[in-house]
Amino acid sequence: MEATQLIAQASQMSMTEEVLWAGLRIVIVVGFTLSIIPLIIWWERRLLSWMQDRIGPNRVGPFGLLQPIADGIKLFMKEEIVPASVDRLIYMAAPAAALLPALIIGATLPWGPNRLLTPIADVDIGILWVLAVSSFGIYGVMLGGWASNNKYSLLGGLRSSAQLISYELAMGVALYSVVLPTGSLRMTEVVATQHEPLWGVVLWAQNWFIFTPYGLLAGVIFLITMVAETNRAPFDLPEAESELIGGFHTEYSSMKFAVFFMAELGMMMLFSGVFAVMFLGGWSPLPLNWEYLANQSDLAGVSWLSSPLLFIGGSAMAPVWFVAKLAVGVSCYIWLRATLPRLRYDQLMALGWKLLLPMAALNFVVVAIWMLYGWWAFFGSVAVLALLYFYVVAAILKPRAERDKVEIRLVDVPVSTAKTIEVGKES
Amino acid sequence: MEGIPLAAYLSLGAVMFAIGALGVVIRRNPIVIFMCIELMLNAANLTFLAFARYHETPLSRIIDPNDTYMTGQMAVIFVMAVAAAEVAIGLGIIMAIFRSREEIDVDKLNLLRG
Amino acid sequence: MSQNLVLFVALAVVVVVSAVGVIATRHVMRSALSLVVNFFTLGILYLGMNLHLIGIGQILVYTGLIMMLFLFCILLLNLGAPQMLYERSPIKVWAAVLVSGALIVIVLSQVFLPMTGAIETTAPDDYGRVRTVGNWLFNKWVYGFEISSVLLLVGIVGSILVAKRRG
Repeated sequence: MEATQLIAQASQMSMTEEVLWAGLRIVIVVGFTLSIIPLIIWWERRLLSWMQDRIGPNRVGPFGLLQPIADGIKLFMKEEIVPASVDRLIYMAAPAAALLPALIIGATLPWGPNRLLTPIADVDIGILWVLAVSSFGIYGVMLGGWASNNKYSLLGGLRSSAQLISYELAMGVALYSVVLPTGSLRMTEVVATQHEPLWGVVLWAQNWFIFTPYGLLAGVIFLITMVAETNRAPFDLPEAESELIGGFHTEYSSMKFAVFFMAELGMMMLFSGVFAVMFLGGWSPLPLNWEYLANQSDLAGVSWLSSPLLFIGGSAMAPVWFVAKLAVGVSCYIWLRATLPRLRYDQLMALGWKLLLPMAALNFVVVAIWMLYGWWAFFGSVAVLALLYFYVVAAILKPRAERDKVEIRLVDVPVSTAKTIEVGKES
Repeated sequence: MEGIPLAAYLSLGAVMFAIGALGVVIRRNPIVIFMCIELMLNAANLTFLAFARYHETPLSRIIDPNDTYMTGQMAVIFVMAVAAAEVAIGLGIIMAIFRSREEIDVDKLNLLRG
Repeated sequence: MSQNLVLFVALAVVVVVSAVGVIATRHVMRSALSLVVNFFTLGILYLGMNLHLIGIGQILVYTGLIMMLFLFCILLLNLGAPQMLYERSPIKVWAAVLVSGALIVIVLSQVFLPMTGAIETTAPDDYGRVRTVGNWLFNKWVYGFEISSVLLLVGIVGSILVAKRRG
């Protein structure tokens, strides 16, 4: 309330006007998230079937576009089955608890340079907000698994919480190593930093964090952890069909079942948005410095080029590019699902604790060294820390490799053929 | 939020603390007792933050008035760190007790009684 | 009543009701969920007090990680022996209610009387910003920060030692 007053004073706007604008911003983000989910369902099924050399749903509407709506109607009509002796309150609350984070995690994502329309709240804790919301996004899965009164569901809930605790840390540290060069947790400032010249020297290009050495590592770690946080393949152990039937949603039917999937798809899309903002330069379509290029084309005498360049990099097209990046992110999620087999549970834990977390922490140290002492210290520290890391890992792995070495020897077992001959005689 | 008296925050903290203390006394499941301890820690945090915001405290005459805005927040940060460590160890102990005794009712855990 | 006071009272009611829920519900799971609601509402209250870092830290640390550990523990125990999570009706309740009621009365009588005058806040607007808190934490309080990090490390090692199976 106080914050809105401050903003209202700063922008010479009345309080009611400011509240109306804030409401509009909320409606845009929540409405977009909810209305795009059917399209994501359709895209997932079609793309997946194309990758698996199938046709996929193509009967309802053009290209099967109306299939998710038909599915939704079907799910509404289905009988609502509540298993006996469940904790009804928690059983009912679990799908809502799963959907809530998907609706509020986009509150700090900037979709374009226009401060009136986006983000909902341009606060100085934007990245922490994403981490906080993603961490309690798992409550829906855990509660659903627990309330179903089913051992398989319970195992799904247990797995999801263990998975979340393992990957949340690596995700946070990976994001902080991008926050360090930005000097702020505000998402708009992260984007503004990425719109500066590349490495501070290449004037025509933008400094997307994915193009910096530390940002590339942080980006890869964040990509892996965000797939794990959304419980998607290959990290979909909480709902592993081949082991746990359906995991946490085994006992859910009808619309409550659908809400779990809406939550998953919404989180998927908005995490792609977080990745775009943190590593892919936010709303800029290509890593090019549009204003600089427009100036240069004016100077070079091709002034007809400058206004299209400014238009492409300007505020009108920004949401379009951002949505395009969301689409690419969602497609990558589906691609991963089509390509990679599910991890085993111990592989999941080992990946999170032994690889991602130490790598992210070392990356963080390296970024700090780079900020203090510059590029040479950066490469030196990368070399030293990489050597250290591999030395430690090798020292841990070596005794285990020796222990696991099982000697297999072929033994000549005497085989008696008397019995088989007897059987042959009887038949 | 302006215009809220300091006493409102403090009484909210006091009520939370009393509820937490009550829970420690009447419940016998160690996990719930643990949660009540967290509740009491949070009540203390709320009080720290309320005083940091208003600093109507006798201390503000002794120490630098600029410090009083921040010391409350620093205390809360350290309380959070300690609470995290405490929960990790405490839950580990509860799990260990459960594994060896198959029983976690605190009234029956009297192995050390003379 | 001013707008802000209405907001505060609404949040305070949620805080108190969920705190009562922690100790009044029979099943551990519902107690834990009440506590989640309690911590989340407190985080919102802190954000309303202009404490940006502490507020989001409350949500991140308490509802995100600490309560997640609690729920994990409850689920594990549930897998082993579900009957343990229920309790028989608590004894000595009334005596305890009286004692804690007395505690409230004593604290409030000591607190309300000298503090009723404090209504206007004196803290500057940016005292809870990430930048301000960070400057303080890493300059004046850096030793405390380092000591608490050592404490956390010891906590991690200790909890692994305690929870590890022998052999």
